[in-house]
Amino acid sequence: MSILTDRIRAANASGRKAVIPYLPGGFPDRDRFWKELASLDAGGADVIEIGVPFSDPVADGPTVEQASLDCLEQGVTLAWILNELSCRKGTFKAGLVLMGYYNPFLQYGLERLAMDCAAAGVSGLIIPDLPLEEAEPVAEILAGSGVDIICLIGLNTPPERLKAYAKAARGFVYFVSVLGTTGVRESLPEEVLQKLDEVRPMFNLPIALGFGISRPEQVAPFGDRIDAVVIGSALVKHLRDGGSGEEFMRCWR
Amino acid sequence: MQKGYFGSFGGMFVPELLMPPLLEIEEAMNTIVPGEAFQKEFNAMLEDYVGRPSALYRCPNLSKKLGFNLWLKREDLNHTGAHKINNALGQGLLCRHMGKKVLLAETGAGMHGVATATAAAMLGLECVVYMGATDVVRQSHNVRRMGLLGATVVPIESGTKTLKDAINAALRRWIADQRTTHYCFGTAAGPHPFPTLVRMFQSVISREARAQMLKKAGKLPDYVVACVGGGSNAIGAFNEFIPDEGVQLIGVEAAGTGEPGCHHSAPLNLGTPGVLHGAMSMLLQTEDGQIEPSHSIAPGLDYPGVGPEHAHLQDCGRARYVTVNDGQALSAFHTLSRSEGIIPALESSHAVAWAIENAAEIPKGSDVLVCLSGRGDKDIGIIEEYEARKGC
Repeated sequence: MSILTDRIRAANASGRKAVIPYLPGGFPDRDRFWKELASLDAGGADVIEIGVPFSDPVADGPTVEQASLDCLEQGVTLAWILNELSCRKGTFKAGLVLMGYYNPFLQYGLERLAMDCAAAGVSGLIIPDLPLEEAEPVAEILAGSGVDIICLIGLNTPPERLKAYAKAARGFVYFVSVLGTTGVRESLPEEVLQKLDEVRPMFNLPIALGFGISRPEQVAPFGDRIDAVVIGSALVKHLRDGGSGEEFMRCWR
Repeated sequence: MQKGYFGSFGGMFVPELLMPPLLEIEEAMNTIVPGEAFQKEFNAMLEDYVGRPSALYRCPNLSKKLGFNLWLKREDLNHTGAHKINNALGQGLLCRHMGKKVLLAETGAGMHGVATATAAAMLGLECVVYMGATDVVRQSHNVRRMGLLGATVVPIESGTKTLKDAINAALRRWIADQRTTHYCFGTAAGPHPFPTLVRMFQSVISREARAQMLKKAGKLPDYVVACVGGGSNAIGAFNEFIPDEGVQLIGVEAAGTGEPGCHHSAPLNLGTPGVLHGAMSMLLQTEDGQIEPSHSIAPGLDYPGVGPEHAHLQDCGRARYVTVNDGQALSAFHTLSRSEGIIPALESSHAVAWAIENAAEIPKGSDVLVCLSGRGDKDIGIIEEYEARKGC
């Protein structure tokens, strides 16, 4: 079984939803990043998404975009993230996922990526600009490396595409809660509940809800429809305001 | 499974949330656009509103000086002053057929913004235009035009504050507003089906030019030359000549200042393959896959990517892509203005410059067709500033 599925199911077995914080690689700065990653892990994160910065992140709102640009200013690269992770392999309890846009992965070299992710203890990739139509060649290269491509689906994904994703999905399914970009929102659309009821029976994998979430009470209404929750912009804001990863995890565990 | 490829370039590298609206446009492109009703309405608008067919003009003075026949396809004579109106009206009409109420656009030089605002006003649609803050300043005349036409212009302060960032912002807006909004992509780049859709609407340029050349010169041109930013006027000028192997297709990219290490807008000449704005194409990027800033004196060419079909035409050798720098383009701008009484856009000046700069290598008596994609009124401020800086 996938490490990612395993971590989420383990959290569910203990009666709670898995918590998946998103931390841009090298944020707030290159040194503090490793401290905060460790504190998120120590604070009980089940899976941690590490953002790979990109100059043109079209699926992100202003908070994550700015964090991504700040990291690029500091010289953060995919090679740096993977190299540093490989030096720390085995020190994290949480499953690790890289979230980033396709071009930096492509330029790194997909075969090299598969090898280095495995060496760095990375179990999955979330690539927002790699829909079903384009993901197959990448999935073929990653097959057997232990690195899953996590599929993203949303409110507007029609049933026939959901079926196709159900065949290709590995690790967990990332359900995007809004028709929009990443970023904190006061409330989530009511149609999410209805869509999750349609999605749930189609996938034999955990479902994580992401985009727009900042407070535990926002996810309470989803009950058993979801297995995990992803929190990104709220964590970035929390760290920018001087908070720590450990404090952040306290309100989610 | 993969869609919209030209050789190894193209595709649909977008967030899943954008796949349903893109597939909806693909469906509309394949069913509505070829339909009799659409074609009738579209062609009537091109004739009565845009003023097509645009003239094919043989430059008598420059032809004499250069030693070959310099023909201009006068897209600058179109309503709104550039080729952009062909695509904006086509997509505007498609938007209405799809039952959407808002036309969303991005713009660099402002010409696509003006064209979209015009189409929206004429077709009774709302219009929102995203424009980099730098371009808002350097193309303020077009910003005012868009306002007069009833469009809302949204300046983008992120990144390089140019076309690249306007596209990012427009894609984000489209994710959220896709149910009511059609994204009227301005060039033959972006995710499938935009490169094909834009080519469909811009091919009117080469369809007319081919017939006009046969009528006026009694033969096809030896060269077809067009500037390439995203590449919409070029693909429009090339398309109907692609099967004619005797016609050389020349795309002209912007070399910027031309100094070693300068920023430029020449991904086909100096870029590498990569993915930006939904397509695999040639890109200006670092080894790590970050997009590098571009530069051209012509805002409409100031883009780090290019339409995927151009990358393919280069790859398979059917078209040749060359570069012209800011100074050469400006020189051609003045030459054409003073020789023929035609003030070209700085973008189009790059194409004219190639013909002038290469006159020695072009066989005497050849027919060289240049797509004059737009008129230069919008660029007067840029030129004054550039020349004041250079002490011209």
